Amino acid sequence: MKRVFLFVPLILVVVLGIVLFAGIGKDPTRLESALIGKTVPTFALDDLEKPGTKLDAGVFQGQVSLLNVWGTWCPACRDEHDDLLWLAQEQGVRIIGLNYKDNREEALVWLERLGNPYELTIYDPKGTLGFDLGVYGAPETYVIDTDGVVRYRHVGVVNEKVWKEDLEPVVNQYREDAS
Amino acid sequence: MTRLVVLILLAMLLPVQANADEANVEGFDSLQEEQRYRDLTAELRCPKCQNQNIADSNAPIAKDMRDRVYQMMQDGASNNEIVGDLVDRFGEFVRYKPEVDRRTILLWATPAIAVGVGLLAVAGIIIRSRRRNDQTPSLTAEEQARVNRLLADKDRE
Repeated sequence: MKRVFLFVPLILVVVLGIVLFAGIGKDPTRLESALIGKTVPTFALDDLEKPGTKLDAGVFQGQVSLLNVWGTWCPACRDEHDDLLWLAQEQGVRIIGLNYKDNREEALVWLERLGNPYELTIYDPKGTLGFDLGVYGAPETYVIDTDGVVRYRHVGVVNEKVWKEDLEPVVNQYREDAS
Repeated sequence: MTRLVVLILLAMLLPVQANADEANVEGFDSLQEEQRYRDLTAELRCPKCQNQNIADSNAPIAKDMRDRVYQMMQDGASNNEIVGDLVDRFGEFVRYKPEVDRRTILLWATPAIAVGVGLLAVAGIIIRSRRRNDQTPSLTAEEQARVNRLLADKDRE
């Protein structure tokens, strides 16, 4: 009976090892959005390119879209811009932009100069829609299904790898569900 | 004369000092409200800089969250409503004190479990040592007799 207790430290070490090993490689900054499975919050914000034209959550109806949160002040947004162009132009992905806490002139110059991957861009200078979405750092990219429900969130730069591994499977799943 | 001037200048500084002590930057009606604001912002976690609360963090999102807390307080919201509003957007993650539910029950119960296990271990050790004492004396009757004889021998010398 006593002998059994000698194994207690060993068991503890093994259990601790398993727990710690499971944590290796996990990114603690990656948080699941609180909005998964909920509809995009209601909003009424200007179209970036057409001042005065209001956009609302209706823009997500009917097609699976990516909602990409960006700003000209965000260096990582510059990094992913070419990949977004590739997604929009080569892969036929519908991307809605959310210009977050930015100013219109600079944002328009940016799109002019770098190319525009967005079918529409929502202009959110005060970050109200961003706040409702729980955006905590640009760039963020959401997958929105045909009913305007948030299905996935990716925080950080989108590139080919992220698209293939994380976003495309979700997009394809909801495209199939819709058809 | 210069002394008087200095005194007057010092006196002018006094009320400013007193005001600075009570300064509430955000402008609250009462000290209780300000304390409530401090407590709330201290127990909400910044999603961007994850080991800071929103009171400490300089991240823009923490500022937005503080503004929301302040705004909701001005609108007469309760603490639960304010925390709930932020959890709806940023997830349970922003609470340093998560709600007790099925996912977090283990987290909340761990201290009690640890104390319980410790008590059991201590109780086990005590019971075992008692039982050992109650058991037959460590010497047999024969051995005891020999011990007595040896001791008696020693006394005689």
